[in-house]
Amino acid sequence: MKIVACIKRVPLTETQAKVAADGKSLDSAGVEYMTSFYDELAVEQAVKSKEQLGGEVTILTIGPGSASKELRESLAKGADKGEILVDDNWSMRDNRATAKALANRLREMGADLVFCGRVATDRDNASVGPMLATYLGAACVTDVVELELSEGKGIAKREADSGVESYEFSFPAVITCQKDLNEPRYAGLKGIMAAKKKPIEELPLEAEDNQIEPLSLDLPPARAEGRIIGEGADAVPALMDALLNEAKVL
Amino acid sequence: MSIAIVLIEHEAGTVRSASLEALGAAQAAGCEVVAVATGSDAANTTAALGEHGAAKVVVLGGDKYSPDGLAGDLAKIVREQGAKAFLATASSTGRDIAPRVAAELDCALFSDCTAFEADGDSFKLVRPWLAGKLIASLKSNAPVTCATLRRNTFAPKATGGSAEVMQVDSSTDFRAVLSKIEAKAEGMLDVAEAPIVVSGGRGMKEAEHFSLIENLARAFGNAAVGASRAVVDAGWRPHAEQVGQTGKTVAPQLYIAVGISGAIQHLAGMKTSKVIVAINKDADAPIFKIADFGIVGDAFEILPRLTEAVLEARAKV
Ligand SMILES: Cc1cc2nc3c(=O)[nH]c(=O)nc-3n(C[C@H](O)[C@H](O)[C@H](O)COP(=O)(O)OP(=O)(O)OC[C@H]3O[C@@H](n4cnc5c(N)ncnc54)[C@H](O)[C@@H]3O)c2cc1C
Ligand SMILES: Nc1ncnc2c1ncn2[C@@H]1O[C@H](COP(=O)(O)O)[C@@H](O)[C@H]1O
Repeated sequence: MKIVACIKRVPLTETQAKVAADGKSLDSAGVEYMTSFYDELAVEQAVKSKEQLGGEVTILTIGPGSASKELRESLAKGADKGEILVDDNWSMRDNRATAKALANRLREMGADLVFCGRVATDRDNASVGPMLATYLGAACVTDVVELELSEGKGIAKREADSGVESYEFSFPAVITCQKDLNEPRYAGLKGIMAAKKKPIEELPLEAEDNQIEPLSLDLPPARAEGRIIGEGADAVPALMDALLNEAKVL
Repeated sequence: MSIAIVLIEHEAGTVRSASLEALGAAQAAGCEVVAVATGSDAANTTAALGEHGAAKVVVLGGDKYSPDGLAGDLAKIVREQGAKAFLATASSTGRDIAPRVAAELDCALFSDCTAFEADGDSFKLVRPWLAGKLIASLKSNAPVTCATLRRNTFAPKATGGSAEVMQVDSSTDFRAVLSKIEAKAEGMLDVAEAPIVVSGGRGMKEAEHFSLIENLARAFGNAAVGASRAVVDAGWRPHAEQVGQTGKTVAPQLYIAVGISGAIQHLAGMKTSKVIVAINKDADAPIFKIADFGIVGDAFEILPRLTEAVLEARAKV
């Protein structure tokens, strides 16, 4: 079994966003990075799947060489090796170019089972998992909250707006991980030590041109200053008046 | 006039408001609209779709649902119609299907857009980045512009027209197949779709106290219950109700935050709501900084009174 978790580095959740001088990109000065929240679930599910079905877990990322920091963290949690498709323009690479390059590499690797995050918390696209599955011709279930695997096939439950949907599929398959799927484990000291000896390979990226062209990047318009209507339940009539006659939302 | 294919979502033949918004968005961008409806009762959507500006409706037959199968069918329709755009709503279904359609067409995907405009031969789109901390204006250089549209953001357009209807068989070549649906409690609106959202946070103290939130939502008649991550993590409410960076993005007409402090990750999911009301006993809670109207005080006192007032106001209309 070849199991792969695709992870992406994203700015820390607390990052104060600033627009760069070009007016089109994020000012990266002082920005620190982490593995995207949902990709931690992807790594955990990959390791769990290996524990159940056997095989080998590779962590795959398109990013700068320094993304080895995030890869080591994943290796410390039980993955076997890492691969970086080195991309100097990683932060602006669009979802098509990203998905195609990942799919090409996954095909070469002969991946049976691929885990992605539901969404990367930088551009909030929620696109690369189902896109790369389509390029691979693999089955794909998105937003998965429960997964049952057996030899060569599985059943995945996905959280949809109207309820929970179950899908049956065969390998090769791509699963995008939603919050309730698992609780990512902590890397113990032993894991951290072991990770130092695990291989991380850097490969050149052959990416196609972007189709998404940024025109401008702006801070969102500030909301007009609101007001405190009053204190306690006695303020309810004033609130109703504001909603009915001022904001006219009821 | 360029053609836009719009994926329609419906509930037993009643078209979801978000899909009517998508039809409106396509027309506002100067497109002729071909709507595609699938599933049982899909044929019942055609009149409403025509009345909202669809020139043509493709009804996809078939008794099995497969996201990869549907995406393949949609890509085929895009090619056959020579469409320049493919639009879906940024719902759980739209966000599942649209990336696959984009990849089938070898095109990039624009997710969760808040604006969609014609730009010469192509399109310009606007969408939030970094959980809404930045707003990106983007030009599409894709042969077909594929996008999902944020709900409650675009205006539907009632044209009173009627659509030409085409019946097409869906493919039967599936990689993943839907085998079961555990539907949500009936009559509950999804938090990302409802025009009014009443959300509770840790200030509600216990899961049982959410009955106060539910009562207020019910009093409005068209509201959904939302939750902060703190209460979802505590197991008081399901994750499907979570609003925020790791939950859903909502943009209702009215968002009422009760006992929610207003952490940046929560704001990321609701700050584009039209009107925001905050109820919190701490006058310094950050939620008051983005609220249009605030009441400082105890939710347990305020909620019953507010529920009563809403019922009274609705009885008058
Ligand atoms: C990576 C990451 C992702 C996250 N994603 C999300 C997300 O998607 N959504 C989300 O919501 N959070 C998210 N969070 C968590 C977020 O940082 C906050 O911890 C969370 O939103 C706090 O929830 P809360 O406001 O309910 O609780 P608290 O911050 O504890 O606030 C409770 C509020 O209730 C008020 N209160 C108490 N008693 C009463 C009363 N009787 N009447 C009225 N008010 C009262 C208090 O004054 C306080 O302001 C995320 C965090 C991280 C790190
Ligand atoms: N540069 C990348 N390298 C590796 N995996 C990625 C990359 N970009 C996106 N992914 C994967 O695709 C998921 C969804 O990303 P996105 O479509 O950008 O929201 C992420 O959670 C990752 O699992």
